[in-house]
Amino acid sequence: MSRPASLRITYATARRVAAQLRRDPSTVALLVVVPPLLVTLVRFLFHETVFDRLGAALLGVVPFIVMFAVTAVAMLRERTTGTLERLMVTPAGRLDILGGYAVTFGLVALVQSAVLVAVASGLLGLRLTGGIGLLLAVAVLDGLLGMALGLFLSTFARTEFQVGQLMPAFVLPQLLLSGLFGPREAMAAPLRLVSDVLPLTYAVDLGQHITGHAGLTGTVIRDATILTAAVTLALLLAAFSLRRRTA
Amino acid sequence: MSGARAAVEVRDLVVVRGGRAVLDGITLSVAAGTVTGLLGPSGAGKTTLMRAVVGVQRVRSGAVAVLGRPAGSVELRSRIGYQTQGSAVYGDLSVGENLRYFAAVAGAGGRRIAELVESLRIRDLTDHVVDHRSGGQRARVSLAVALVGGPEVLVLDEPTVGLDPLLRRDMWHLFHGLAADGRTLLVSTHVMDEARRCTDLLLLQDGRLLAAGPPQEIAGSAHADAVEDAFIRLVEAQERVAVGR
Repeated sequence: MSRPASLRITYATARRVAAQLRRDPSTVALLVVVPPLLVTLVRFLFHETVFDRLGAALLGVVPFIVMFAVTAVAMLRERTTGTLERLMVTPAGRLDILGGYAVTFGLVALVQSAVLVAVASGLLGLRLTGGIGLLLAVAVLDGLLGMALGLFLSTFARTEFQVGQLMPAFVLPQLLLSGLFGPREAMAAPLRLVSDVLPLTYAVDLGQHITGHAGLTGTVIRDATILTAAVTLALLLAAFSLRRRTA
Repeated sequence: MSGARAAVEVRDLVVVRGGRAVLDGITLSVAAGTVTGLLGPSGAGKTTLMRAVVGVQRVRSGAVAVLGRPAGSVELRSRIGYQTQGSAVYGDLSVGENLRYFAAVAGAGGRRIAELVESLRIRDLTDHVVDHRSGGQRARVSLAVALVGGPEVLVLDEPTVGLDPLLRRDMWHLFHGLAADGRTLLVSTHVMDEARRCTDLLLLQDGRLLAAGPPQEIAGSAHADAVEDAFIRLVEAQERVAVGR
């Protein structure tokens, strides 16, 4: 497939996915309104100092979860309604289709994170050493991670109910082992090993790190590189798990 | 069918699903420029055969060639149109949004969409969300999507389900018009009145090809006056053989 056709199909797919989102207000609300509400809830559950300590990591985890759920269902629908099979008979390449999803949901992650960061620092008074710019970058990266894993993991679901099952089976363990609920140093060695290979761990670590440190430190660069690699890998796996021929 | 150039050639095709041979060694050809009807009781393997022709079916053995190339080849993807049994369009989008998207994917222009909505009588629906329309309207949108790239070979899985007799007649006019342009159509149907309108018929049962040829020939060979009688006689005769085995 020549490059121009590929770009044309990616762009058309991105526009089509965006049009579907526009017609689905409850999903838009889940993406943009629910995350700030959740973070607001956390702010008032605890003392201010707790919020300052947890806030940045939380701002990474919430976009991850929400983006995961929405993109997994979106890609699943593409398969169950037969439109994916139809696209497989057209000149559309698997990467073109995945690319279209990534562009639109990537922009959604940006908007989502911008709103979330604005609410957390503007309204709720979250204080962190790393600064707003870095916080935004971390939130976007975590949203992208949720998106990429959602697009990939939807391969293993045949129904929307099964996507729901992925939340406790796949998302919750990552969350528990991420270091958000307790220091990773205190984990038993085998759990620590599992935690080491789960991408969300680096998202939480990044959030915790910028809470107390400013600038592009070695930790920021390491975590961001690992997260970017995880996003890229998950997107490639998602593309190659779109089977042209099925049973 | 012999003599004419074949647009689709299937040789010894076997498809196994869940340990059962859904297609059990099928050999057939579809002549170019025809409207070829695919008939058979439900579960006969019609949809599986069509999926093999468009290249999305995993096959156990055998060969499927479309326009001289292996089914599913990259070069075929701009030359083949496929309408699945369900409407398989984006139900949450408008008719126009669906057509513009699939046109962009196929590299077709806006003029093509304008012609299609006219000939399929869905022009008034372009701003309507697909899910809110009737089954017959959705079927026409789905057909429009299959046609939007101007394909040389069209594979249509029960395209006229849910259409009233007038629309059905119009659709068959359209199919024959497309065939007269040199395009090839493989159309599955349950409606015997439609079988009569086909250039050629393929009669499928239990994953095997029971009969192939023009409708009159099939009717004649089964000593029946109409295709419907022939269909019933052939299928029942086959079932008796199966029971006797």
